[in-house]
Amino acid sequence: MTPPRTLLKVENLTKRFGGLVAVNDMTFDVKEHEVMGLIGPNGSGKTTTMNLISGAFGPSTGTISMNNRVLSGLPAHEITRAGISRTFQLVKVLPGLSLTENVIAGAAFGHKKRWGAEAVDMAHQLLIRVGLETQIDLPVTSLTYIDQKRLELARALAGEPEVLLLDEWLAGLNPTELQDGIALISDLRKEGRTIILVEHVMDAIRSLCDRCVVMNSGTKIAEGTPQDVLSDPEVIRAYLGDE
Amino acid sequence: MTGQGFKSLTLIGVLVIAAAFVPFVTNGYWLSIAVTAMMYIALATAWTLFSGPTHYISLATGAFFGIGGYLVATGMSDFDISFWVMAAIAPIVAVVLAALIGAATLRLSGIYFVIFTLGLAEMIRGLVSWVQNNFLGSRGLYVLTDFTEEHIYWMLLGIAATVYVIGWLIDRSKLGFAMKIIGNDEGVAKHLGINTARAKVILFMITGFFSALVGVIVAPRYSYIEPNLVFSPEISFMVVIMALLGGTQRLWGPIIGVIPFILIWETITVSFPNATTLYLGLSFLAIVYFLPNGVVGLIESLTKRGRAS
Repeated sequence: MTPPRTLLKVENLTKRFGGLVAVNDMTFDVKEHEVMGLIGPNGSGKTTTMNLISGAFGPSTGTISMNNRVLSGLPAHEITRAGISRTFQLVKVLPGLSLTENVIAGAAFGHKKRWGAEAVDMAHQLLIRVGLETQIDLPVTSLTYIDQKRLELARALAGEPEVLLLDEWLAGLNPTELQDGIALISDLRKEGRTIILVEHVMDAIRSLCDRCVVMNSGTKIAEGTPQDVLSDPEVIRAYLGDE
Repeated sequence: MTGQGFKSLTLIGVLVIAAAFVPFVTNGYWLSIAVTAMMYIALATAWTLFSGPTHYISLATGAFFGIGGYLVATGMSDFDISFWVMAAIAPIVAVVLAALIGAATLRLSGIYFVIFTLGLAEMIRGLVSWVQNNFLGSRGLYVLTDFTEEHIYWMLLGIAATVYVIGWLIDRSKLGFAMKIIGNDEGVAKHLGINTARAKVILFMITGFFSALVGVIVAPRYSYIEPNLVFSPEISFMVVIMALLGGTQRLWGPIIGVIPFILIWETITVSFPNATTLYLGLSFLAIVYFLPNGVVGLIESLTKRGRAS
């Protein structure tokens, strides 16, 4: 068996906002078919790292590359077309569009482009896939929080990205919803998708992630399997502080 | 959706044919009002192509319209170029200008964009006046053609219909879909792979093209043109008010807004000639306050309520 190849490479990534260094010299790789967790206490720079990868803004220094193509510095739409899709920490559905149109929006301009009947078919399949078949004709604004998150996931999948970024996709869900959510991402993992997820829910991290990168104050403090990093004394200190 | 779309296109087709007969049943005063209304229908529909989906309020209509009118006038008066040659050149100049403005400003959002377009229109007016005064001698320019009021009316009708059909086609295209997404959430649009700046600039260029073309066609009506007349900011404001009165979420919204507004406006200018700006301001406030989604929004919420009960 050949070892999995490196898909996404983040090297010496740094982002400064004025005097604040939000992300400081981060380096990590993401392998193909891998689910990588990006974890750490609040304010440690996880979402900023996600925003840098998705192109919401450019890095101060450092590079991000996928399949040996440098993506850092490109505008967000080109990064999406190159094959990186994302969901947002605060869910962002398109309220003026129908559910189907929301998903087509992801298919029409993304990595693998679809339009017309083909895009409608794909949107319906994805909506069923994420569990929204009974809500298809409802207005987007009437969806519950988890359903909006499902819709956002379907939209992100519609462009058939090579790398999927899930920014706290499981946050704010109640225990039953959480189980459904974990099952859904687990299915994506079984399909062999490459995912980076920012997450606080420990159960999800343990059951979903092949590998974790732990951040604190913008820096990488640990990397390894979930079991290893969650028992690492420095990680525990970052989360809970000194005794 | 498709059936509905074709129905609205058919309806517009019938309206265009009916409108084409207006000059046969009336002339003089009412025809001149019809020409003004047709001019604003074309301008407001062109404005809605860009501002409807993006919610960017552009006050640059006057600049594009002015370029059309002024270039025809200066071309014919100062350089002896024919009307038709200038009619071909002026909209292209406007498109280039729209592309430049677009590239420079569409990164601005909300109020900054509004102020920039207003300032830009005023700047062009000042610049053109200055060039005219210092280098081209006479301040006034004559546009003398054989066009009658009827000809102008039919040409404007043709432009209005063309703008409508283009808008209808855009609505069904990927570009139109991209614009809808941008209007919903521009940040999301970028992350879905949409080159938002490019989409907005293309639409802005189309708006600029047709606004200038309207300026070209209307120029012979004025006969005597000076920069302050055609670059008037009032045109920009009137277009915004009429489009908002009709409602910008449907392409036919502005048509509904223009006709009543022109009639009211005619009454105001006749009865209170010294206070038109005051009434313009008041009507702006009243529309934004009482009809935030325009007449179209009102009709749609009423029919929805009717269906629900």
